[in-house]
Amino acid sequence: MTLLAVERIKLFSTRSPWWCMLLALGLTVGITGIIAANWQDSPMPVIGTVFTYTFGLYVIMVMAALAVTTEYRFGTIRSTFQAVPDRVSALVAKAVVVTLLAGLVGEAVGFGSWGLSNLLAKDTSQLALNSANDWRHVAGIGLVYAAGAILAVGVGTLVRQTAGAVSIILVFALVLESVVGLIPKIGDDIQKWMPFTVANKFIYGSPDPGSLPEGAGPPAIGELSPWGSLGYFVGIALAVFVISLVVAKRRDA
Amino acid sequence: MIEAIGLTKRYGNTVAVDDLSFTVAPGRVTGFLGPNGAGKSTTMRMILGLDRPTAGRVLIDGQPYAKLDRPLTKVGALLDAKWVHPNRSAHAHLRWLAKSNGLSTQRVDEVLDLVGLTKVAKRRAGGFSLGMSQRLGIAGALLGDPKVLLFDEPVNGLDPEGILWIRHFMQGLAAEGRTVLVSSHLLSEMALTAQDLVVIGRGKLISQSTTEEFVERSTENTVRVRSPHADKLGAMLIDKGFTVREDSDGSLTVSGATSDQIGDIAGSTGVVLHELSPQRGSLEQAFMQLTGDSVEYHTEITTETGK
Repeated sequence: MTLLAVERIKLFSTRSPWWCMLLALGLTVGITGIIAANWQDSPMPVIGTVFTYTFGLYVIMVMAALAVTTEYRFGTIRSTFQAVPDRVSALVAKAVVVTLLAGLVGEAVGFGSWGLSNLLAKDTSQLALNSANDWRHVAGIGLVYAAGAILAVGVGTLVRQTAGAVSIILVFALVLESVVGLIPKIGDDIQKWMPFTVANKFIYGSPDPGSLPEGAGPPAIGELSPWGSLGYFVGIALAVFVISLVVAKRRDA
Repeated sequence: MIEAIGLTKRYGNTVAVDDLSFTVAPGRVTGFLGPNGAGKSTTMRMILGLDRPTAGRVLIDGQPYAKLDRPLTKVGALLDAKWVHPNRSAHAHLRWLAKSNGLSTQRVDEVLDLVGLTKVAKRRAGGFSLGMSQRLGIAGALLGDPKVLLFDEPVNGLDPEGILWIRHFMQGLAAEGRTVLVSSHLLSEMALTAQDLVVIGRGKLISQSTTEEFVERSTENTVRVRSPHADKLGAMLIDKGFTVREDSDGSLTVSGATSDQIGDIAGSTGVVLHELSPQRGSLEQAFMQLTGDSVEYHTEITTETGK
């Protein structure tokens, strides 16, 4: 518990996490607001309120990576390991704090976007959270953000440089996962198993068929069930994080 | 008490620290001396468990650093004053350090007061001058009231006032019975600060002794003699087996003899002396001689292995 308090003090005593959280919320909720206000001709479905969740995910992952890379950048990681020679517990505490925060932001993003859509959309008849699927679309965002944060802390710990870690995360999520689909023959099969694509499946996947309007958003692809998809994404995040722990324990700080 | 036993650190083919063994005693300031790149900082990082030794080990009061419970209460260290997040306030920086080892916020205020940073405690550390950063680093080292303290080049880049402050501060800490290890590449600074010296060059131990012994042993002690009968006196001194050099102004520089011996010889033969003064070679010269040897030695080794 002490270590969690330490990481909380560290995180909140600098400004960048606050900016990241504001940006994550503003981007997602704001753009959802624009979408909701312009949703014409059909009732807005629940899934329509969360199309913007990925913007927030990237911002939150940058925040999570920064939580580690700035420590390396400014040498405070050495003070950290000096104060807590057990590096694994120090890094786990950091991951826990960042992950909880990311989860909270994710919930705020989900329910904020959904709530704002309720206020702005013309026809809100389909917006009530009636089914487990509806809840997953909205509340699931917190889970994906949390898992994304674990992944980003892992990448940050491995790479140790802000620029490197952020580029890896963004290039992977924004470029690589789409480009890989262009590879002839095997591309689609690979893409189906890319982590962010799979995470999408958890948020969007298996909606009530009736509620998804034509061309309403990206089709959810993937082999797994929505919850299986989340498990897959969390599994990859944890794997990267555990590898980063092993590496951090062995190398010179 | 710090004990290094056969400490070795290799980066690929480069040996940064080579089979280094030394002890640092409590109640004294021990200078850790060597030219830039001698392996001082690497050794200090290994003492703190930050770098993993390739071989050997280092113990603090009989235990490796990683085994210490609440390590900040046992060992305080200032390795680099810039190891602070520039956008975090001095107070917040110390607060998380304190929290990690179960120390109170009150203690944070105490150490800030001790180093004279109370007024700027809420300001972001990135705006601090080097002197202020150094004080903040020392505050962090003192946070847990540790018995062992390490400082890596603490006076580098400081103004005379800051140097004086740190010097007195470290001597005060040692006087309280703490173990203080201070690294520096300036022998003249260490001669004023440290009672013991651990001297290394190219990662190897050159000497461990008291500062006095080191200075005594490594500087050439000579006596300058001026006399109207310089020739006669010189001949007698050479007879006695001392080395005598005649300088351009007609004075003699005698090595191997004390001023007492020379005075006695002169007196017994009625030679008049105008000056009889012991001279001491410069510390820098002595230091360069010692560490220069280790550099040369190292070069030889590499050429041999390069064949």
